[in-house]
Amino acid sequence: MSQSTKQPNRLAAGGSVDRTRTLKFTFNGQAYTGHPGDTLASALLANGVDLVNRSFKYSRPRGIVAAGAEEPNAVMQLGASEATQVPNVRATQQALYDGLVAYSTNGWPDVQKDLMSWIGKLGAPFMPPGFYYKTFMAPASMWMTYEKYIRKTAGLGRSPSEPDPDIYDHMNRHCDVLVIGGGPAGLAAALSAARSGARVIVADEQEAMGGSLLDSRDRLDDQPAHAWVTTALEELAARDNVTLLTRTTANGYHDHNFVTLHERRTEHLADSAPTIEGRRQPRSRLHRVRAGQVVLATGTHERPLVYGNNDLPGNLLAGAVSTYIRRYGVIPGRKLVLTTSNDHAYRAALDWHEAGHEVVAIADAREAPEGELVEQARKHGIRVIAGSAIIEATGSKRVSGARVARIDRDGFKVVGPVETLDCDTIASSGGYSPVIHLASHTGARPTWNEEVLGFVPHTVKGVTTTGGARGVYPLADVLADGAEAGAVAATAMGFEVATEARHVPQATVVTEGAACALYQVPHEKPTLRAPKQFVDLQNDVTAAAIELATREGFESIEHVKRYTAMGFGTDQGKLGNINGMAIAARCLGKSIPEVGTTVFRPNYTPVTFGAVVGRHCRELFDPERYTAMHQWHVEHGAEFEDVGQWKRPWYYPRRVNGRLESMHEAVVRECRAVREHVGILDASTLGKIDIQGPGAREFLGRVYTNKWAKLAPGRVRYGLMCKDDGMVMDDGTTSCLGENHFLMTTTTGGAAAVLEWLEMWHQTEWPELDVYFTSVTDHWATMTVTGPEARKLLAEITDIDLDRESFKFMDWREGRVADVPARVFRISFTGELAFEINVQANYAMHVWKTLFEHGDKYGLTPYGTETMHVLRAEKGFIIAGQDTDGSVTPEDLGMHWAIGYDKPFPWIGKRALSRSDTRRTDRKQLVGLKPRNPEVVLQEGAQIVFDPQQTIPMTMVGHVTSSYYSPTLESGFALAVVKGGHQRMGETVYLPMVDGTIHEAEIVGTQFVDPEGARQNV
Amino acid sequence: MSDIRQFQTHPEVEIATESPLAYSRQRSGAPAITVSSQVMLRERPFQGHLTLRGGAIVLDEALRHVLGLSLPSQPHGLNHDDSGERSVQWLAPDEWLLIVPGGEEFSLETRLRDALGDAHVSIVDVSGGQTVIDIEGEMAHAVLMKFTHYDVDPTVFPVGKGVTTGFAKTSAILRRSSASRWELVVRRSFADYLYRWLLDAGEEYGIGVER
Amino acid sequence: MFHIYCPYCEEYREEEEFHPKGQAHLSRPEDPDDCSDEAWGDYLFFRDNPRGIHHEMWVHAQGCRKFFNITRHTVTYEILETYKMGEQPTITAETNTARPAATASSADDRAATEVKGAQGVQA
Repeated sequence: MSQSTKQPNRLAAGGSVDRTRTLKFTFNGQAYTGHPGDTLASALLANGVDLVNRSFKYSRPRGIVAAGAEEPNAVMQLGASEATQVPNVRATQQALYDGLVAYSTNGWPDVQKDLMSWIGKLGAPFMPPGFYYKTFMAPASMWMTYEKYIRKTAGLGRSPSEPDPDIYDHMNRHCDVLVIGGGPAGLAAALSAARSGARVIVADEQEAMGGSLLDSRDRLDDQPAHAWVTTALEELAARDNVTLLTRTTANGYHDHNFVTLHERRTEHLADSAPTIEGRRQPRSRLHRVRAGQVVLATGTHERPLVYGNNDLPGNLLAGAVSTYIRRYGVIPGRKLVLTTSNDHAYRAALDWHEAGHEVVAIADAREAPEGELVEQARKHGIRVIAGSAIIEATGSKRVSGARVARIDRDGFKVVGPVETLDCDTIASSGGYSPVIHLASHTGARPTWNEEVLGFVPHTVKGVTTTGGARGVYPLADVLADGAEAGAVAATAMGFEVATEARHVPQATVVTEGAACALYQVPHEKPTLRAPKQFVDLQNDVTAAAIELATREGFESIEHVKRYTAMGFGTDQGKLGNINGMAIAARCLGKSIPEVGTTVFRPNYTPVTFGAVVGRHCRELFDPERYTAMHQWHVEHGAEFEDVGQWKRPWYYPRRVNGRLESMHEAVVRECRAVREHVGILDASTLGKIDIQGPGAREFLGRVYTNKWAKLAPGRVRYGLMCKDDGMVMDDGTTSCLGENHFLMTTTTGGAAAVLEWLEMWHQTEWPELDVYFTSVTDHWATMTVTGPEARKLLAEITDIDLDRESFKFMDWREGRVADVPARVFRISFTGELAFEINVQANYAMHVWKTLFEHGDKYGLTPYGTETMHVLRAEKGFIIAGQDTDGSVTPEDLGMHWAIGYDKPFPWIGKRALSRSDTRRTDRKQLVGLKPRNPEVVLQEGAQIVFDPQQTIPMTMVGHVTSSYYSPTLESGFALAVVKGGHQRMGETVYLPMVDGTIHEAEIVGTQFVDPEGARQNV
Repeated sequence: MSDIRQFQTHPEVEIATESPLAYSRQRSGAPAITVSSQVMLRERPFQGHLTLRGGAIVLDEALRHVLGLSLPSQPHGLNHDDSGERSVQWLAPDEWLLIVPGGEEFSLETRLRDALGDAHVSIVDVSGGQTVIDIEGEMAHAVLMKFTHYDVDPTVFPVGKGVTTGFAKTSAILRRSSASRWELVVRRSFADYLYRWLLDAGEEYGIGVER
Repeated sequence: MFHIYCPYCEEYREEEEFHPKGQAHLSRPEDPDDCSDEAWGDYLFFRDNPRGIHHEMWVHAQGCRKFFNITRHTVTYEILETYKMGEQPTITAETNTARPAATASSADDRAATEVKGAQGVQA
């Protein structure tokens, strides 16, 4: 690695870089220097680095073309370490910082000696559009292998393989007027809107606001244009109602004026975000802006001309040449030829000349160019060749000459002798395309404006497009248009905009002659045989490819796009789209508006995953809901299961003889403890809904399938809830607290949906029922004490009479547990004697711990959801959402006892239960399965067949919904749905597994343990 | 009113309580407030929270009678009593949140029910299920901008406003009780997630927690 | 991301606060027991899918938890009005036949599409 301090292309003066300070950086392992104020691109050009990348498909050498977001070639892989790798960074948008490390994205294994470059030399016939589709089609199975190498050679950048050390965040913003673009139009708009008092946000993607004014030759109020930018920014910054966001790209424009802004906060400082006083700060921030009105002041992109070898390093946009000279003090060559269709591009030649370098000639496609800039060029003695254009660049890795010829634009042919001019740089300009990407994100198709030879955005509600973005080009007009746009937007939001608020500076008027329409420059040879004329440099799409696509029958521009890849990927057609459409139009014999444009999509430029994700990652990826006893579970070694967003103890493995129990061992132990002694479950996650009002009882009768008319205060009942299609949606117990007061419980996962369901029926169908629903899930902590010893344990710490005659199964009582007021419910999900204790959550930990203080002698064992599942399945208790899936009726579950067909009101789901489909006898019905081999635990989800001999595809007749090992039965057992299962008791079914084994099981009832229910009723 | 079963949740003897953030403070820490803290958090747990549902007119009358506090009738209204210790907030056209000093909620409910007579209302004690987190400091609204999509610009979110809206990936209630103080009313089970989120988002502003 | 005016909160809120509940103005047959299988099946399973004006029920799930209806254009995604439960839309496919199926473009359209009863997004 040699250290070079020379910057051969750096001008001695000019630009806004700080030449007193030097920054070091490396590109492809080579060390270089630049200055604060440089972009990576300007620093590379200052160092004379011509070749920055290899092209995507043909692997041709490529150099820097542009100076902004539209740069197609200088797409870099950044990052000094593996963890800080960032792909797809445009060198033109990356500020230089000390220690920056960049690599070419393409060009494996080496950008200078590319293995693939022979493909580029072979030319179009070898790799026509659709090459990959056509060549690697067969055999299909090999595509995965091909793809790996194609991707590597194509080099689309790579993501880091180590965790990103940086943090990112989102910020939600609201404003009256969002101004996108901080150039002359945007600043004028921001000023007029801000002066009215509206809340204004101005976003600009560059390092500094000012846009074209930063390198303009124009004067405003008789000062350099950039001086006015400073004044304007000072005024805006001083206002409380204005937010200025530089280095911030509006990358997506979504419904109802929702715009995402990607702010790169620290990307210009270092490889990773520096800390401030030890505090981390976000590397970048995504602003989610809801704007009342949006002003699109996105300006224009210059259109390059399409001529032979126009991709050789040394071919630049005319405007980029000016920018590098005037803003960065960098001149990217020695001898320039300019090829143009308009006056504006003459600025590049004038800037080049004034920098003291040679302008060899200007090839102007117009017959009689005239205008102030043309006259200035002639006055400087620059040769202007009218009616001509560069038809081809020559050179191998850098431009060494330009072939210029007289052309007939209308006839699309070369009509004069070809002159070869000696040069190392070509600046080209085919005019300017309004940047309509964001407007296009809204779905609005742009319209062709013949006057400016470009597409301009269609008007959309809440959006004002201004300046270059709508085809207004002269600076004085742009400023006035911007001020008007800001005023229109502020007025639409109800603000008054005074006349003086629209004041804009006086701009020098430069008279320009009319531009001519020129897209593809004709060559002596027909397009298909001429040297490659590139339309889309990033995707390697040539004029010949577009011509071929139209010949092969692709007439819609959207199809041409997909066939050729024009405008794809991170480029989104910034430079090439208009030229491509014009070429397609010529080939199809249509006009450009007839061909139309493709749709630009978000994102405008690439956004890192970090910025998209923001803070919603790692431990903050999703909410974790904890119960009041969570800390105890953690301290007692619980493994947790996600149930909805809750963290529930799954099982509590113990350390036995120095070894931690397996899940199986822990669950067997926990199950035995409940069946033989006493266990405790944290059941706080169950949904709990307080229901009050004289209509409560009637309402319950309508939303549950069973009867509620006679449930007395002090009693509890199990209820099934269906949707109106008759399918089970949730279940739970509901207790009658008072005549007009009920407490409903729901499944853990169904709580929010059930509450919304109740509200929906109340608000939309039965508002006449006087009832209110309030969630009390978080208010109550619930602990289930269950097992033969439950009564003895609880009796030690409660004043409630637990006698089996006075406190019956399915009763609830009030009293104190561990001195804390509690409601205790005698319901059971385990089949054992059980008490569900509810206390206000702030006291829960005290009650829980007191239970353990007294529970030791009874062998009180905490159990988790896995044990709960085993115990309830042994009893045939369903879990809505596990044993049901939205296609199961109460009858399918065999729960006829929970259906009140004779209730007076047609409750939800009732009518559907008599539809022909729900009456079918071959519906899948819930049954128990007992594997023939007791050691087998069937797989949940396993498919069931009646005939194991059948050839594949076999007739599947059901599946396993729940399956566990039962320590009580000392056997595996399962719940399953089987076609007509209720009539098939005792029959054998088969479960073919992926590995070829076939399990046998007997269809049995769903209650494996204590079918009479004697144990819970003691 | 025997048709509704009220429930006194508080014991007669002193019992250790745990606030919804008790575990979070232990596990995630509570960074000290320093001179450079631009955001400060403070949990105000164990208050009495009652959800009132019913008609605005009858509830307003009862509340005036019992607490001398008028019910905000406009959406997002938040009224405090003279001491500032009791507040009532609009949650929906038929729903309000009443927050009072802890321990008052049971007798308050009783007095309200007495005052309401036979009116069809619902009063539900949710004190165990919610906690209040104060957010103060010059960058408080910046942290809130990261946290919620609701417009929290102090110029458009006046003192005396309260909203239920989205915070990170869940919801909470945000109120502005004074020019310098924002209050989040969060559900117990989400409190840890929201607390961790605030600490993370506030790091760049030197967030501190009052202990 | 839609910006939806909640007629109960009397404010615009972000789409993430709401849940869509499908086609609005479905009426549950008065007497389900007296309803044919076909009619019940229509009520359960069949929904309109128009290109253009569509009435939908939404709920302000993260806010006031109230259900309400919106009139939305399924091509432009514009929400033309929101109205409380029990109210009828003022804009329907019949009253809005002149409306282009493409993006609203003129100032007249803009005025016509202001959400009823709302003061715009202005704070």
